[in-house]
Amino acid sequence: MVDFGFQINQGRTLSLDFEQVHLKQLEDVVGSFRRCIRCGSCTATCSAAQFTDFNIRKIHTAFRAGIYNNIEELLKSCMLCGKCTLVCPRGVNLRALIINLRKIIKENDL
Amino acid sequence: MYPYFNPFVIPFCAGVLLLFGMCLIKWTKWIRQFDRLQRAILFRNIFSWKFIPAIWEMILEVLIHRKVFKQRLALGYMHTSIALGWFLLIVVGAIEASVAIKGSHPLWVPIFFRYFGKELPHFNGEVFFNNMMDLLLCFVLSGLLLAMLKRLYSRIVGLTKNTKHVLFDKFVMISLWLIFPLRLLAESVTANRYHNGGFLTENLGKLINYTFPSVSNDAFWYLETTWWLFYSLALGIFFVSLPFSRYMHILTEPLLIYFRKLGLREDIISTGFTKFELSACSRCGICIDNCPLNKELQISDVQSVYLLRELRYKRLREEVANNCLMCDRCVVDCPVGLELTRIRRIHRYKKDIDTSNNYKYLDVIQPFNAIGRVAYYSGCMSHLTQGIINAMKNIFEAVGQKYWHIDAEKTICCGRPLIQQGFEQQAKELRRKNTAYIRESNAILLITSCPICYQSFKKEYKLNIPVMHHTEYIERLINNKMLTLKKQNLKIAYHDPCELGRGCGVYSAPRKVLKNVADILSSSNEKEKSFCCGFNLGNTTLSCEEQRKIRDAALQNLLKSNPDLIATACPMCKKGFMRGSGFPVKDIAEIVSESI
Repeated sequence: MVDFGFQINQGRTLSLDFEQVHLKQLEDVVGSFRRCIRCGSCTATCSAAQFTDFNIRKIHTAFRAGIYNNIEELLKSCMLCGKCTLVCPRGVNLRALIINLRKIIKENDL
Repeated sequence: MYPYFNPFVIPFCAGVLLLFGMCLIKWTKWIRQFDRLQRAILFRNIFSWKFIPAIWEMILEVLIHRKVFKQRLALGYMHTSIALGWFLLIVVGAIEASVAIKGSHPLWVPIFFRYFGKELPHFNGEVFFNNMMDLLLCFVLSGLLLAMLKRLYSRIVGLTKNTKHVLFDKFVMISLWLIFPLRLLAESVTANRYHNGGFLTENLGKLINYTFPSVSNDAFWYLETTWWLFYSLALGIFFVSLPFSRYMHILTEPLLIYFRKLGLREDIISTGFTKFELSACSRCGICIDNCPLNKELQISDVQSVYLLRELRYKRLREEVANNCLMCDRCVVDCPVGLELTRIRRIHRYKKDIDTSNNYKYLDVIQPFNAIGRVAYYSGCMSHLTQGIINAMKNIFEAVGQKYWHIDAEKTICCGRPLIQQGFEQQAKELRRKNTAYIRESNAILLITSCPICYQSFKKEYKLNIPVMHHTEYIERLINNKMLTLKKQNLKIAYHDPCELGRGCGVYSAPRKVLKNVADILSSSNEKEKSFCCGFNLGNTTLSCEEQRKIRDAALQNLLKSNPDLIATACPMCKKGFMRGSGFPVKDIAEIVSESI
C-alpha cells in the first residue's frame, strides 16, 4: 500500500453512557477545561510534538471519552513549557490540565 | 529568708527554663535534619569571623528592624519600640541591679528590680536609672498601643490587611500585651510606697493613691505582691507558649541570620534549614500587601505568610501552595529576608508523578559544531513572538556576529517551568540534555531572549560558558562601540519582567540600551517593585480572566506616565500586554533592531 504518511483509524464504538467520574474530578480542579472546543491549537504549537507524536488534543479528547490506555505514558513527553496555554483561544489552562490529568490517572490507577 | 526571693518569681523562672529547654531541643532537632552540604558548610564555618557581621545584622534587623522601617515608618516604630525597648529594659535593668547590689544576686532580680531593690540603700545614679527605666517602659508601651490599634485598624501602620492569626497565636499575643501594662502597674504600686520610681511610675502610683484613697493605706498595698505575681505570670505564660507560637521568630531569627552569614541556603528539598526559616517568620503580613493576587483579585489567604504558617502547623493544602505567580514580589518585601518562593517550590514537589526518562526523544538532536560562535537560545515563548527572534538575527548580522540558533526549528524547554511546578527529576533530565548539547557545540557564549531560560541557565545549570540575556549582550555591543543606534523621538515606559529583574537583578542593562534609542519614563513601581504581568509560569491555578486583571493593573501603571511605547524584555510579558490594550508593545531587541 502507498504510504501517505497517515492511516485510517480503525472503526470503533464509543459509549458515552457511563458516569464520567474522572472527567468530573478533572473539571472540578481545572474548570476552564469545560470551555475546550477541541480546536487543536495546543497540539499545533506543542514543543514536544516537534519530536514525537505526542498529541495533547488527542489525549484530552480520549480522556473525555473515557479511554485511558497509555495516557499516562504519553503525557510524560510534556515539557510543561506552557506554549499551549498561551495560544489557547478559549483560555484553557493546559498546564494545569496536564498536571492534574497525570495526578488523576496515577491516583485512580487508570 | 533569702533576701532576693519571693514566690511570685516562680512562674517567670519556670517559663524561662522551659523556654530555653524547648528551644534547645527544637534547634538541635532541626540542625540534625540539615542535609550533608548544609552540615558541611555549618561545621566548616562555625568558628569563623563571620559572626561579627552577623551580630551587626542582628542588631539592625532583630532589634532596630531596619527593613520594616524602609517599608512603613509606623510599622517600623511599632516593632522597634517593642523589640529594642524590651531588650534595653533587660540590659539597663541588669546594669542597674549590678550597680545597686554589691556582690552576686539571682538572675531574676533585674526583671523585678523595683520590688527587690526597694529597701536597698541609695546608690549612684539611682534617679537616672529610675527615670531611664520609665522612659524605656513608655517607649515599649507606645509601641504596644500602636500594635493594639493595628489589630483594630491596620491602615494606621500603613498595611491594607492584618494577618489572620490562629487562636493560639492570639492567646499568646494577649499574654505578650499584658506583660507591660502589668509591669507598669506593679512598679507604680511599689514606687508609690517606697518612692523608688521614675516620672511615670511615681506619678501613676500617686494617681492610684489619690483615686482610691479608702484602700490606699492598707488593703490595696498589701496586694502589691499580687500585682507582681500577675506580671510574673504573664511573662511565664508568654515564655512557655513562645516556642509553639509565631513568637518563636524572636529567638530563631538571630540564629537564621548567623546561618545565612555562614553561607547556608535552602536546598531543593525540605531540610532542617527550612524549619528554621518557617519559625523565623513573624507573620507580620507585609507579604500580603503588595501581592498581585491580593491587590487585583482580593485573594488573601494564599500568600507566603499563610504558606509558612500552614507548613509549620503541618496542614498545608495544595491550593495554597499552587496559587502563586512566583513573581518574587514578597521576597523583596520580606523584612526577615526569607527565601519564600524557594520554600513554596520545595513544597510543590510532585513526588508521585515526577518520573524519569521522559525525554528520550530529545536524543535525536544532532550535535552542532559552533566553535567560535555565540549560541542563541530563543526559548519556547519567543517562538510565539517571532519579532524578537527576527530582531536578534538582525542585530547579529549587523555586528557581524556568527551565531548558532539552538532552537531554530525544534524547541527544547530549559526545564524551569517544570521546576516551578515541582517536577525536580524531569527538569534535571532536561538540564542534562541541554547541558550536553551546549557543551558539545563548543560555543563561546550563550544568549537567551527569555528571562525564564536566562534565570534557569544562570542559576540551575552548570555551563562552562557565560550566559547573557539579550539586553546584556546589546548593552555590551553598545559599550564596545560595535553597534551605533539612531535616537528616535520616542517616550518609552519600560516594564521589568519578574524573572529578569527580581529573579536575576538585571535592571540597568535594559535601561542603558533604551537610553541610546529613546527617552525612558520612570514610574513609581519599577525595578524590584515592578508589577507582574500576570502570565508568569509559576501559577497554574488562575483563570485567564484573573490573569488579565493582573495584567491590566500592570498596564495601567505603565500607561500612567503617558508613553508612546511600552518596552519589555520578556516574550511572555510582551504577549500578555499586546493582547491587553492594542497599545504598542515591543521587546528591547525589536526597538534596537529598528534603530540600527
